Amino acid sequence: MAEVVYEKATRVYPGSERPAVDALDLDVKDGEFLVLVGPSGCGKSTSLRMLAGLEDVNAGTIRIGGRDVTHLPPKDRDIAMVFQNYALYPHMNVAENMGFALKIAGVPKDERMRRVREAAKLLDLEQFLERKPKALSGGQRQRVAMGRAIVREPQVFLMDEPLSNLDAKLRVQTRTQIASLQRRLGVTTVYVTHDQVEAMTMGDRVAVLKDGLLQQVDTPREMYERPNNVFVAGFIGSPAMNIEEFQVADGHASVGTLDVPLSRPTLEALAKEGSDTVTLGFRPESLDVVSEGEGFPVIVNVVEELGSDAFLYGTLEGTGGALEGHQIIARADPRRPPMKGELVYLQVREGEQHVFSSRTGERLPS
Amino acid sequence: MALQITAIPDDPALLDLPWSTPLEDWPADQLVALPRGISRHVVRFVRISGQVYAVKEVPHRIAQREFELLRRLERRDVPAVDAVGVITGRETPTGEPVETALITRHLQFSLPYRALFSQTLRPDTANRLLDALAVLIVRLHLAGFAWGDCSLSNTLFRRDAGAFAAYLVDAETGEMHPQLSEGQRRYDVDLAGQNIAGELMDLQSGGLLDESVDPIDTGLDIIDRYTGLWDEITGQSVFGAGERYRFEQRLRRLNELGFDVAEVQMTAEDGGSRVVVTPKVVDAGHHTRRLLRLTGLDVQENQARRLLNAIDTYRAVLGAPEEDEEIVAHRWVNEVFQPVVRAVPRELRRKLEPAEVFHEVAEHRWYLSEAAGRDIGLDTAVRSYIDNVLAHKPDEKAVLGRRIGRPSSGYTSYDDFDTAELPPIIG
Repeated sequence: MAEVVYEKATRVYPGSERPAVDALDLDVKDGEFLVLVGPSGCGKSTSLRMLAGLEDVNAGTIRIGGRDVTHLPPKDRDIAMVFQNYALYPHMNVAENMGFALKIAGVPKDERMRRVREAAKLLDLEQFLERKPKALSGGQRQRVAMGRAIVREPQVFLMDEPLSNLDAKLRVQTRTQIASLQRRLGVTTVYVTHDQVEAMTMGDRVAVLKDGLLQQVDTPREMYERPNNVFVAGFIGSPAMNIEEFQVADGHASVGTLDVPLSRPTLEALAKEGSDTVTLGFRPESLDVVSEGEGFPVIVNVVEELGSDAFLYGTLEGTGGALEGHQIIARADPRRPPMKGELVYLQVREGEQHVFSSRTGERLPS
Repeated sequence: MALQITAIPDDPALLDLPWSTPLEDWPADQLVALPRGISRHVVRFVRISGQVYAVKEVPHRIAQREFELLRRLERRDVPAVDAVGVITGRETPTGEPVETALITRHLQFSLPYRALFSQTLRPDTANRLLDALAVLIVRLHLAGFAWGDCSLSNTLFRRDAGAFAAYLVDAETGEMHPQLSEGQRRYDVDLAGQNIAGELMDLQSGGLLDESVDPIDTGLDIIDRYTGLWDEITGQSVFGAGERYRFEQRLRRLNELGFDVAEVQMTAEDGGSRVVVTPKVVDAGHHTRRLLRLTGLDVQENQARRLLNAIDTYRAVLGAPEEDEEIVAHRWVNEVFQPVVRAVPRELRRKLEPAEVFHEVAEHRWYLSEAAGRDIGLDTAVRSYIDNVLAHKPDEKAVLGRRIGRPSSGYTSYDDFDTAELPPIIG
């Protein structure tokens, strides 16, 4: 069993007041692909490095497969870091390239060959085992590099933004390869990225960090549909969710002529909090283009046409109040997209708003 | 989108390279062939005004990051290739975007390890390469830099009085921290051991490794070399009362290894009867600095150590112990060093650096004298060396390019010695 447990794991850099990673509690299940994501400086890489043994742990513990590894050197943790950079050795064939680390570690030849063959099968490299790297394509070489990590049969794979060095096309290609590979291998994997789209496509679960604190850990679907707080709501999902603060009165959230009815659970929660303001979020796909009189007016500034989808980026116009001129993003019909400069009317589909406390940012019942 | 260049003012001719063409399509007449391993990125070498530049295509964020890391290493005086520029906003004539390019400049007389042996890599060469790498890794770690991909292929080597000095080439996986944790250091060195063992195994597969060299044992040996040197430099010492001489001994040992201690941390224990001393700031280049101060010569560490020995010998022979050290040193440069360097004919100056020539002449003199049973003298040694040894060596300056970019007022190239007027002593 190779589950990974962070228990109140903390890292404070010397001379720093705020922890880079603050009492992180995170359980990664055996065989799970967990993605750590967040903006620059959020602590995701530091958390990974703490797991790798590259970063001191100032408080708390880290366990792999039940074993306390908190103060063990990287070599003794039975992990494999899948690296961005690799050098394939030109005089060795693919099999030797994949297995050389095992040879260095003194693994007997039969065992080495077994592992290399198994990895080659998973990576669709079986027919290339006798070939030299020069004869391989870029994607194939990439897989040989992955093979090196796989043959070590570690308990956990660690990947720190392994795709960031690649051009866009190779990124998407490799992303898919890594995800399907992990599924076939079933090895617990902790993966760091700053790209939330990458996180959402690859992870079994995604952990969002900000300022060293875990914001939420959930499946991509759950994260998308029920973000725990304003930060996660705005961070996850592309294009980003529209998030604004509203006044609460008469069971409605309103700003100027913009008006959204609130449910009873929401109102009860607000009353309990004693707030007369609330933060609402609407995903672009939760806004419909309607006729005048049915929705609120928006001037279209930019239309992004993606073929299968279209998004309009506009500004609120004529609603009055504090939101005048604020940006709003809405999904549009790709077959009949609005024109730049056009005035359209948008309406929030009932029940699709996300409600957050203006005070704490935390999710409220909707 | 306009071409944007982040660059250190260098050769304007760099701007004339075909930036609107992807690197892998650059015409062969622009390029220089150099041994380079199979890497993920496209890398090409060009020669402009006699200097060799490496051009690498990587995503912009990576290029920028590597550029800054190399600059930081340069400021910390850590041996590495020089960062020259980052070129973004590249576009083909039809408006297709082209990847960002990172430009670095290689050092005069530095060589990739593949160029250091002609047929097979022999044990003594392998040992010297590993020694050089161990020193480089220690210096990187002292500066707070974790390499993340130390290997023979990622390093350039310069001859240093029979040894080698190693220079970092690729900083892409590197990270700079105020201080490295033990886990980081150990990981970096373990990785170096793996990579070097792998490279030696590759040489073996290609029939390029001497039979007596075990690739795995030799490669992993870097770990012990590094650890020994690291502990020597940064380890704690405990001294009792009246044992101050041991502290001085330690400092001198570090000097011999080529390091100066700029700062120590001292903690008194047991009411002052014991002192625990830990070096805190350690700079490499002890001998280089001392020679520079004495003579104005700017050479590498091991070369400097040998030359300083030569000066000491000269001084003893002169029988003038009370004379000012700097004056004796200056005389030595005029009467001993300079004549040797000037004796190298113009057409042979591409082979070795002046200080390395001097070192080899000294060795050559020693061997000839041993065989003859008497000291054959410097003039004979120089003539014999030039005719019998230097003339047959490959051109090493040609492999890479340019004068050392260090902003010291020292002098190092043949041209410096040709001028009638020597620069003044650095006082």
